[in-house]
Amino acid sequence: MQRLTLPTYLAFKEILRNKGRFLLVGMVIALITVLVLFIAGLGEGLGNGNREYLAKLDADLLVFQSRSEFLIPSSRLPHERLNAIRRVAGVADAGPIATSSATLLLPDGVKSLRLGLLGVEPDHAGQPPVFDGRGFSTDLANEVIIDRSAAIRSGYKVGDRITIRVTQGTRDEFYQLLVVGISDGQQYSLQPTLFVPYSTWDRVRPKSEAELLRSNPVYNVIAVRLADGADLETVRQTIEREVDSVQAVTIGYAITQVPGYSAQQSTIQTQGVFTLLIGVLVIGGFFQIQILQKVAQIGVLKAIGTPNPLVAAASVIQIVMITALGVGLGGLGTFLLALGFPPTVPIVFNGQSTLIAVLALLLIGPIGGLVSVRYAVKIEPLKALGLG
Amino acid sequence: MTDVALETRSVVKTYKTDLGTIYAVKDVSLQVRSGEFVALVGPSGSGKTTMLSMLAALLSPTSGQLILDGQDLSKLPEADRVTMRREKIGFTFQANNLIPYLSALENVEMMLRLNNRLDKVGKLRAKELLSRLGLGERMNNLPSQMSGGQQQRVAIARALIHNPSLVLADEPTASLDTERAYQVVQTFAALIHENQRAGIMVTHDLRMCEFVDRVFQMRDGNLVKIYETRDEIMGLARGTTQAH
Repeated sequence: MQRLTLPTYLAFKEILRNKGRFLLVGMVIALITVLVLFIAGLGEGLGNGNREYLAKLDADLLVFQSRSEFLIPSSRLPHERLNAIRRVAGVADAGPIATSSATLLLPDGVKSLRLGLLGVEPDHAGQPPVFDGRGFSTDLANEVIIDRSAAIRSGYKVGDRITIRVTQGTRDEFYQLLVVGISDGQQYSLQPTLFVPYSTWDRVRPKSEAELLRSNPVYNVIAVRLADGADLETVRQTIEREVDSVQAVTIGYAITQVPGYSAQQSTIQTQGVFTLLIGVLVIGGFFQIQILQKVAQIGVLKAIGTPNPLVAAASVIQIVMITALGVGLGGLGTFLLALGFPPTVPIVFNGQSTLIAVLALLLIGPIGGLVSVRYAVKIEPLKALGLG
Repeated sequence: MTDVALETRSVVKTYKTDLGTIYAVKDVSLQVRSGEFVALVGPSGSGKTTMLSMLAALLSPTSGQLILDGQDLSKLPEADRVTMRREKIGFTFQANNLIPYLSALENVEMMLRLNNRLDKVGKLRAKELLSRLGLGERMNNLPSQMSGGQQQRVAIARALIHNPSLVLADEPTASLDTERAYQVVQTFAALIHENQRAGIMVTHDLRMCEFVDRVFQMRDGNLVKIYETRDEIMGLARGTTQAH
């Protein structure tokens, strides 16, 4: 107990009697914390915006057209593939997903919102769960399920009629749809999302001049849910073997193939790591300068019989206290700042990434201070007191 | 004044340099009894600071023995010498004596904390000691809020609070005016005698010898003379006896 209380006492007293100096470095750590947390939040937000719909799919596999490089917009699957996949042993459900985009006119009639327009088959894999309202009534209904971010940004709610604008051929066409349900966040390609029944989607989606003249239902990908007990790899291989010109991958793999996703995430992680490194240097520099100023004082402590482990423990505890203070202030500041952010800013603080960032921040103090602690331990009392 | 608290036997300290071996202390043997306050005097380079550093267990002798309370400091490993400094030795330095972020009382209590002996009795004793040294109103002051003399008195209280066998003072009056210097050394001597500790003061100011029981004079690393009679000591202090 003595071995812990005395270092804590010394560390605390020094901070208490030098509040200004320690508050200054605490604020520096707080600012680094804000920066690191925002970078982590931005990474999570951008990543989430790219993968949210795919990550939340109630499915195990995603089937692409072969040689489509697993790019959803490049993949084209005719209706026969859907039927063929549904017949594969081990497949419990398969649902088509068709993607495009549209412009939603906002209630004020002036502003508009660009969003993803996804066609799904009612009550099949691919349709998001609805937490407010209901699902589609028929495959031909002029109904729409909007995701939470679309609802927040547009202000529309269940029962409202919305108007979307799409370009078909060379003309802008306007379609009215009834909001029947609101799902949780289901962003796709960093955009809020509207879900419509596939047949409706095929009618209201943007089309080229050529597409206007023929109706040939094509899906982009097919989401596959496995039967209970089915082996993922076995079913994946069976689909590729039994269904012509398709490739099946796990949802996790499909997310990594979203254009720019991996590069975006690695860029943001690199920024975070460099910010942490800067933190290590700043904290290390501060405590090193402080130790240099305290050589005589540490010499006195050692001369009167303070053992080295106690001197080291006091230094480490002090660094941990200041780091914790800085991270706490930074975390609070980040929280308050985040409250004021509009929903369009893609920053998401989820438990895991925030926890990792906070743990990393709590570690940079002791890591940065290691050199100064080592220096403190090596101080010779004789030299420090000018007796050597 | 019969128990020998400290004894040195043929202590030698040498340093190797490019020019050869330098003898900082040559074959010094001395004894200091409990309750005795002695001065170690001599010109610069006489070896008194090196001697003090060895007595404080901060420096090991090249040869010879340093026996404190029956233990030979020269043979102890570093960890045990740290323990000896904490438990058996009290130390005041020339400057930078106190921990700047601890108050006067906290600085004194520090020795009790280090020795895991800070209880109600210890706290009371720390306050009494500071009051005795005229610092009753300054207990909660930080070192930066006290004069040099007051800081020296706090250091004296810290050196004595844990009842060490040996109390060492390195030039305790170096930064004080004459009046303050006399006050500090007089109080120091009184507390050494009263608490039956062995006290050694290194000083270049021979006037301060007025309050000590014996004077060890060093020159060129040798112990050249011991002043033992009151007349000899007072003569040295008043400048009527020529120092060797």
